[in-house]
Amino acid sequence: MYVYDEIDQRIVEQRVTQFRDQTRRFLAGVLSEDDFRPLRLQNGLYIQRYAPMLRVAIPYGLLSSRQLRALAHIARTWDKDYGHFSTRQNIQFNWPRLEDVPDILAHLATVQMHAIQTSGNCIRNTTTDHFAGTAPDEIVDPLVWCELIRQWSTCHPEFAYLPRKFKIAVSGAEHDRAAVQVHDIGLQARRDEKGEIGFRVLAGGGLGRTPIIGAVIREFLPWQHLLTYLDAILRVYNRYGRRDNKYRARIKILVKELTPEVFRRKVEEEWIHLKDGPATLIPEEIQRIERRFIRPQYRKLDLPEAGYTLALVRDNGFANWVRRNVHPHKVAGYAAVTLSLKKTGVAPGDASAAQMDAVADLADRYSFGELRVSHEQNLILSDVRQNDLLALWQEAKALGLATPNIGLITNIIACPGGDFCSLANAKSIPVAEAIQRRFDDLDYQHDIGELDLNISGCMNSCGHHHIGHIGILGVDKQGQEYYQISIGGAQGNEASLGKVLGPSVSQAEVPDVIEKLIELYLARRDSEAERFIDVVRRIGVEPFKECVYGKSHQEPAPRSRSLAAA
Amino acid sequence: MANLIKNRRPAADPWQLLEPAADGGQPVIPPHGDIIVPLVTWLEQRDTLLSRSGRLGVWLDSDEEPALLGDDLRLFGVVAVNFSQFTDGRGYSIARLLRERYGWRGELRAIGDVQRDQLFYLARCGFDAFALREGEDLQSALSAFGDFSEAYQASVERAQPLFRRRILASSDGMEWS
Ligand code: SF4
Repeated sequence: MYVYDEIDQRIVEQRVTQFRDQTRRFLAGVLSEDDFRPLRLQNGLYIQRYAPMLRVAIPYGLLSSRQLRALAHIARTWDKDYGHFSTRQNIQFNWPRLEDVPDILAHLATVQMHAIQTSGNCIRNTTTDHFAGTAPDEIVDPLVWCELIRQWSTCHPEFAYLPRKFKIAVSGAEHDRAAVQVHDIGLQARRDEKGEIGFRVLAGGGLGRTPIIGAVIREFLPWQHLLTYLDAILRVYNRYGRRDNKYRARIKILVKELTPEVFRRKVEEEWIHLKDGPATLIPEEIQRIERRFIRPQYRKLDLPEAGYTLALVRDNGFANWVRRNVHPHKVAGYAAVTLSLKKTGVAPGDASAAQMDAVADLADRYSFGELRVSHEQNLILSDVRQNDLLALWQEAKALGLATPNIGLITNIIACPGGDFCSLANAKSIPVAEAIQRRFDDLDYQHDIGELDLNISGCMNSCGHHHIGHIGILGVDKQGQEYYQISIGGAQGNEASLGKVLGPSVSQAEVPDVIEKLIELYLARRDSEAERFIDVVRRIGVEPFKECVYGKSHQEPAPRSRSLAAA
Repeated sequence: MANLIKNRRPAADPWQLLEPAADGGQPVIPPHGDIIVPLVTWLEQRDTLLSRSGRLGVWLDSDEEPALLGDDLRLFGVVAVNFSQFTDGRGYSIARLLRERYGWRGELRAIGDVQRDQLFYLARCGFDAFALREGEDLQSALSAFGDFSEAYQASVERAQPLFRRRILASSDGMEWS
């Protein structure tokens, strides 16, 4: 956990004071709605379907138990007793009153949190691997770099009014768990032959209306140059990104229109002037930030106790949970544990205030008082002793947080959709629930194996449906809520964008369609090891299309839009 | 007339801002007085402009290229950047380029949709003069420069980013704020 120093704290507090004054002027009629909008957005405040929505940053997904308790307090005091963890390692409160928001922000500041730039056309919260610092396949711990980027992007004077929002993701492991290929900028930390840290820089990836896989614009950027290079990219984007059309304003469109080669050249031309300038990083700063991180003090642990091994054999429920929700750790004797927020009947990513408090207690007792929020909308205790797993499982089960479905079909990633979001074409929460109910049988889920299912309520793609093995997108069909289903998307190293299966279907039909897809997959897989996505890649989309729409399906190929994959 | 803030104080404005005619054509150039002309006017009527009495300034729109001014910069008494709407952030980059790359040291003025809540960032990007849009409260605007007492990044106001100033402070014991 990074601990603020006096200046970090002061900046966050002054931001609260600034926003309090802006809110006061808005309520007094001095600031018009148009003038206030960008200001409130840059403090995370949307005006939603029913009420304002406040999005609080959880920088790179790292949270202390104390902070989680503060979030619980906010949910209880100013909201309806719950919060929603989003796909971008943020938490959203759906029911605050505008007048209360300055007080909420002030409360957040007391635990070193904020809502700065969680919305608006600016640099957003930087996201990373939810196993950062603990993953066995990690090459570079991304946390220090994420904090550096957080500080660099916070109140950056030049880039507060970009053409559109801007998201940066950092990964430091062999397996990309941060979706760096579908971010405005993706940074893959790596080491050169001499062991020096640097970054592979991708730009222009993104989902939304025009999903694109990011282009590599620099194979290896030595760490000293990280911030000047980011400045160069952002400046090129700020100056030349399109501002005439909101839907063409993301950096991916600029990169595509210029071509990655020309874009790269423009960045390099800009960078020549910034390179080795004052913003060039120095070792002292990296060390200073590292020292401000409280890291878990791991102990040398013995082999797992007999009790643990025995429970694995005896208790199927525990074994299932360990298989799905417990992840390897770089330190012997420890494990990372996912607490599933995907229990059937609960909106994906929602947690009640009581659950938040309880999870904070679990974090204190089992995981050095620290936890993570994953972009799959779950909570993670990252440093649990193996010998504590059984006890933790029992407690998590009692809290409804031990659904053993991580990586399985019911671990659905879903945006808030039409129940809350004013941009939605269709609801996503009831669709998620209907699918969870259809596949509620645990043995069946485990038999189906690894499957990412993502739902977005509209083209803004907050549910990342393009990179779900199965993606569901809410569309508007003559005023009716319909769903377009795609398959073949994937995140991680082999990121790919899903292909649309055919004409959209009604809400009631969605579970049937999913079931047909699954049945075909089960029939066609060559072994249990072949995952759904593998089968789609091997046999193609066509057989799936046929099994859903029938052979007789003679409509012209339903290409409502083509997926760009640059 | 709009309020002008210069060097964080209210200031009188001797300059007349010329805008393109309604049909997009060149503005009429008055024979005397200090004028700020659009970039195209400068590029097209350079000789006329240089032969008149009175000082000369130039203004750029957010999609215009400051590099076009080149060595001409020394001829101007003021350079202004227009914000057709405050959410168009290109002017921030233009300001930094003028200051940090093209060496403009004279008055750099923000014009157009310029309001209180932009001033802090504008100043950090190098603007030292602000022609507030109609209806802005001058006192409130003047207080905007104090919204934050620190900032992380390198900027025109402070070339050294916070992380370098921290180290300077710790090595020679000086205050960095
Ligand atoms: S994908 Fe659309 S409906 Fe869902 S949260 Fe984003 S904007 Fe709202």
